Amino acid sequence: MTDLNALKYTEEHEWVAFDASSGIATIGITDYAAEKLGDVVYVDLPAAGAALAAGDVCGEIESTKSVGELYAPLSGEVVEANEGIVDDPSLVNADAFEAWLIKVRVDGADLDGLLDRAAYVALTGGEA
Amino acid sequence: MTDLRYTPLRERHEALGASFTDFGGWNMPVRYTSDLAEHHAVRQAAGLFDISHMAEFIVEGPDAGAFLDFALAGRISTMAFGKAKYSLVLAETGGIIDDVIVYHLDEGWFLVIANAGNRDAVAAAFAERREEWSSSRGVAIEDVTDSYSLIAVQGPVARQIVEATAGLGGLERPLADVSYYAATRGEFTGEQVLIARTGYTGEDGYELLVPNGAAVALWDALLAAGEPLGLVPAGLAARDTLRLEAGMPLYGHELSLDIVPAQAGLGRVVAVDKDDFVGRSALAAVVAPDAPVLVGLVADGKRAGRAGYAVLDGSDAATAATVGAITSGALSPTLGHPIAMAFVSPHVAATGTELFIDVRGTRIPATVTDLPFYRRTK
Repeated sequence: MTDLNALKYTEEHEWVAFDASSGIATIGITDYAAEKLGDVVYVDLPAAGAALAAGDVCGEIESTKSVGELYAPLSGEVVEANEGIVDDPSLVNADAFEAWLIKVRVDGADLDGLLDRAAYVALTGGEA
Repeated sequence: MTDLRYTPLRERHEALGASFTDFGGWNMPVRYTSDLAEHHAVRQAAGLFDISHMAEFIVEGPDAGAFLDFALAGRISTMAFGKAKYSLVLAETGGIIDDVIVYHLDEGWFLVIANAGNRDAVAAAFAERREEWSSSRGVAIEDVTDSYSLIAVQGPVARQIVEATAGLGGLERPLADVSYYAATRGEFTGEQVLIARTGYTGEDGYELLVPNGAAVALWDALLAAGEPLGLVPAGLAARDTLRLEAGMPLYGHELSLDIVPAQAGLGRVVAVDKDDFVGRSALAAVVAPDAPVLVGLVADGKRAGRAGYAVLDGSDAATAATVGAITSGALSPTLGHPIAMAFVSPHVAATGTELFIDVRGTRIPATVTDLPFYRRTK
């Protein structure tokens, strides 16, 4: 079970698990986002090696009903995209916090722009 | 902004963990658990839908049939008792105010079911048409939307479920004798219920109209009868992908005031040979030869074109021209590939024409195909 309090969040409903020792951030979308999207049927992720700038759209998450964009929470270089999710996007709905999408080697480690759990829960009106 | 309305089944939906969405001014269940699972359940077993947001009008009186011949696009007065008919409320311009289903239950007694979002427009059109019609004293129109609930059971085992529902009986005709697009009356715990073999999913199924006070008990009874047969509650998300696969138009997407029936493939719905009716003079005029027409598009892969996306005649940005736009699109849960309905120029509307969908900057090849995308095996 993921410790949700250990994660950081964005206003675009991504979660970020940052490992300070390796400088790598693991990124996914929150259960709130997955719930709002409905069944995820297609995921388009950036390839390993892609350079991300914080705030940029770097991928797409489509459900039967709508299209969500994946925003880069941090700047850095993609070191891995989760091909398991590309092959079976329903894993996002099954457990959004287990279904990581990309791992990013972060430029610097400035997490100040991210939300903590309490702020994210407040953002989603307590529904998260 | 008026407050969103809830149907009498609100507490049932909440207890089932539904997510809600604004649809036509009503807060309706969009899904309970998984819209894909709900979609598949309807194709394989059955789904239970609360469609109480739909608007209902009773049109009655000795001249009710003749009035509806004037007010609607189809020929209504000759409908046999117990039959249902898909029809259109046309504007004077020939554009579409709403699409409706008309049920003829008794001499001089018709039920018209309209879309929730068009309730006011249909009510206004009916009132206006009654005023301008010659024998308006022979027809009374009542909007009974606020008094009735509508529950749909859709799927291959729908009949077994309705037949097994406790408390539902007294049918004028057994369900086996009620054909597609027909209806019968019965009783449910002392209240009259209309059981219509109609729907919006492409599957066999029934829509049950009951007074609001009986809605919760009927929902519970249907669910209890159906659960052993695979019935699950299903929301508007599944309803939308189901109707799209079945090639059924959705008002506001495929149908609007700017579209005449022939453009949407609904020319057959207009009884051009009947006496005067609203929209006749406009439809008698020749439709512009370049007016876009509704087609189906299929594509490979998983990326679906969505409502509003452009349809192009080539993949080269420098030379390709926009030839249309998608009105509804999704990755088809049943077929596993993207499907869409789109209005395109007639010169690219032939079945088999290769076109491209602009999916957020990427040109996805798509092929014009006949509707529907999915047809149930009898």
